[in-house]
Amino acid sequence: MTEATITLNVSRFRPAEDVEPATRAYSVPMHRDWVVLDALNHIKDHIDGSLSFRWSCRMGVCGSCGMMVNGEPKLTCSVFLRDYYPGEIRVEPLVNFPVLRDLVVDISAFLDKLQKVQPWIVRDEEKPAADGEYLQTPDQLDRYKGFTACINCMLCYSACPIFGLETDFIGPAALALAHRYNEDSRDKGAAQRWNVINDHHGAWQCTFVGECSVACPKHVDPAAAIQRLKVDTAKRWMRSVLLPWGRK
Amino acid sequence: MHGRKTLEPFWWGLFSAGGVVAAFFVPAHVLLQGIAVPLDWIPDAPELLRLWPVRLYLFVLISLPLFHWAHRFYFTLIDIGLKPLRAPLALLCYGGAFAGTGIAAWILLRL
Amino acid sequence: MMLNRPDPSRLHPQPLPRTWWLRRRSYFLFLVREFTSLFIAAYLVLLMAGLYQLGSGHEAYSEWQGRMAEPGWILLHGVILVFAVFHSVTWFQTTSIVIELKAGGVKLPRAMFTALNVAAWLAVSAFIVILFQSR
Repeated sequence: MTEATITLNVSRFRPAEDVEPATRAYSVPMHRDWVVLDALNHIKDHIDGSLSFRWSCRMGVCGSCGMMVNGEPKLTCSVFLRDYYPGEIRVEPLVNFPVLRDLVVDISAFLDKLQKVQPWIVRDEEKPAADGEYLQTPDQLDRYKGFTACINCMLCYSACPIFGLETDFIGPAALALAHRYNEDSRDKGAAQRWNVINDHHGAWQCTFVGECSVACPKHVDPAAAIQRLKVDTAKRWMRSVLLPWGRK
Repeated sequence: MHGRKTLEPFWWGLFSAGGVVAAFFVPAHVLLQGIAVPLDWIPDAPELLRLWPVRLYLFVLISLPLFHWAHRFYFTLIDIGLKPLRAPLALLCYGGAFAGTGIAAWILLRL
Repeated sequence: MMLNRPDPSRLHPQPLPRTWWLRRRSYFLFLVREFTSLFIAAYLVLLMAGLYQLGSGHEAYSEWQGRMAEPGWILLHGVILVFAVFHSVTWFQTTSIVIELKAGGVKLPRAMFTALNVAAWLAVSAFIVILFQSR
């Protein structure tokens, strides 16, 4: 009995050799417990070793394997072949980023944006270790906990048409992480993040399409974070205008 | 230090206020004065509109949602690819809101 | 931090197509949602025109009232009403994502926040209609 197969139409592109990406069809064994990443690894191991793609943990926590699957930004380790079978599966590199090779995109612009928001606890002074831990109430933790789940997979950037139109837009993940740290009671860095957030390419460029939150595999809800940043920034701005002698 | 290099927070604030006014108050007026009164379901009340508190209410009803439209429509036009025209579009939208506000004030004063 | 940046000449750009808003239902609905502001503005222009005619004397206002009773203008207001209602509902929905209300440590669900706002809006609208008929 012949084994069941499923067809993957994969985007291939060799830099400095190909002018445009082209789609190549691959027939892969159909397994009910395989994800798209398994199929890609099968292609690389048994059909075409030159296929290039990023992956690591296989379990949806590292954020490496983001690609377009039938036109939707997905973590390929988290989408099952059985949800598309017997239809064909189109695998393409994440949109809104330049393609480096095959399914690999250049993420350096994203990494720059991430650094700009200073996604770490910012404090003038650290508490000495002998004084013990920083304490947080459940309410204080609740303010930012959801936004800590970001795995930097960039699916939100592919989902965001505003980022697609204007690649200088700092984008959903960076803003969500800025909000995560601003809301953390241990952090004192809101003023330092201000100029990045309160910028034409910061929170103000977002027009609340909301697709970033739909695409996010970790339910971070960057759209909510960005709108809250707008509210916080508008309040701070109003205070700085109406009460210029107030706190910095 | 809180930089003030961008006025976006101001326009966004107006957009928000206008959005609230438009959401809560505009549909009733469209139904009332645009459909119910012309079709004689409800009698007109021109003397009511001349009362000063009502004129003030009408001014807010017109002005704030105009600024809501200006900010929102400007960004919508940018989103559909008109970014190269952003300077004239900004003038059209925000200028339109200012003009509309001025005209509304004049109209309400001469009622 | 030193990043190993690729040679830009070897990158293949993926520009967003100009018709991006036609490619997904969610993108199209987003654009419809944003365009509601235009219909709101259109109504405000009509409202201003009506108030202008009211201030221009009895004859001018009567002529205006007559014109606004024509089927074309009624239909236009009907279309505007549909978009104005869509504006209100989507406004409350989006606000429910931005604002989180807590009562005694329990978060109010977004659907509940939206429903409460819709109820308030209907109450305010009824109030306006009633007030309009008061003498």
